[in-house]
Amino acid sequence: MVVKQTAIALAAGLIFGAGLAVSGMADPQRVQAFLDLFGAWDPTLAFVMGGAMIPMAIAWRIQRRMATPAAAGKFELPGTTGIDRRLAIGALIFGAGWGIGGLCPGPAIADLAIAPAPAAMFIAAMLAGMVVHKFAFR
Amino acid sequence: MLPGFPDAMPLQGLAGGLMIGLSAAIMLLALGRIAGVSGLAARATGLSASGAPRGIAIAFILGLPLGALLISVISDGVQTTFPISPWPLIIGGLLVGFGTRLGSGCTSGHGVCGMSRLSPRSLFATAMFMASGFVTVGLLRMGGWL
Repeated sequence: MVVKQTAIALAAGLIFGAGLAVSGMADPQRVQAFLDLFGAWDPTLAFVMGGAMIPMAIAWRIQRRMATPAAAGKFELPGTTGIDRRLAIGALIFGAGWGIGGLCPGPAIADLAIAPAPAAMFIAAMLAGMVVHKFAFR
Repeated sequence: MLPGFPDAMPLQGLAGGLMIGLSAAIMLLALGRIAGVSGLAARATGLSASGAPRGIAIAFILGLPLGALLISVISDGVQTTFPISPWPLIIGGLLVGFGTRLGSGCTSGHGVCGMSRLSPRSLFATAMFMASGFVTVGLLRMGGWL
């Protein structure tokens, strides 16, 4: 079970990373250009989001009829309600960092294979930010 | 390709988006989990006490660069243009790391998985980080940083 789950997760990560590379979302400049409404706006990110919604909208419909996942004991899903101050402030801070660097966690990690030096610098800072959160809020 | 937007890649964007959605669908239907990269990265590095089993998180995270490498090898390479100065990477990285932990997710978890689930929490978070991104980049442009 564990080997099978690990293999599935590796395959899913690989498809995700490949999708980021195919879609242009591995390029920080292109992501930043989507957020740059007053510059040379690039709508590509909207197509990526739209494309990703299709399999996932179907998957959620299938999920509702499944008692357990296909290769795990049970569904472990976060709650969908409870909008609080942490969610709002966290999302605002994340969005600011996303705009400044043009990177969110997925593309940054995928870019370790494309542009290792700047990707590693961003990821080191990102992990430092996670460490700050861990000690500030636990 | 797209009238008025010479740099846009609508077809590649759609194709890559379908792959990202497929990946998230596999995580959901096979492993019963959200494909949220910030949470999985925190879990893989031991910075989160809860979440997916560590092995699953590490495997998914390792897959990301492997997938990008695969596309780079079978195509003419993957175009990336990073900021020249290290500061946007350092400041951006710090804010992304802290913000995604405080807000319990990023573009993949709240954006792809949560929005497709019509989760009120994720719809709200996505609206917030999108708005913040637009305002931040707008301010950078007004300030002459871009």
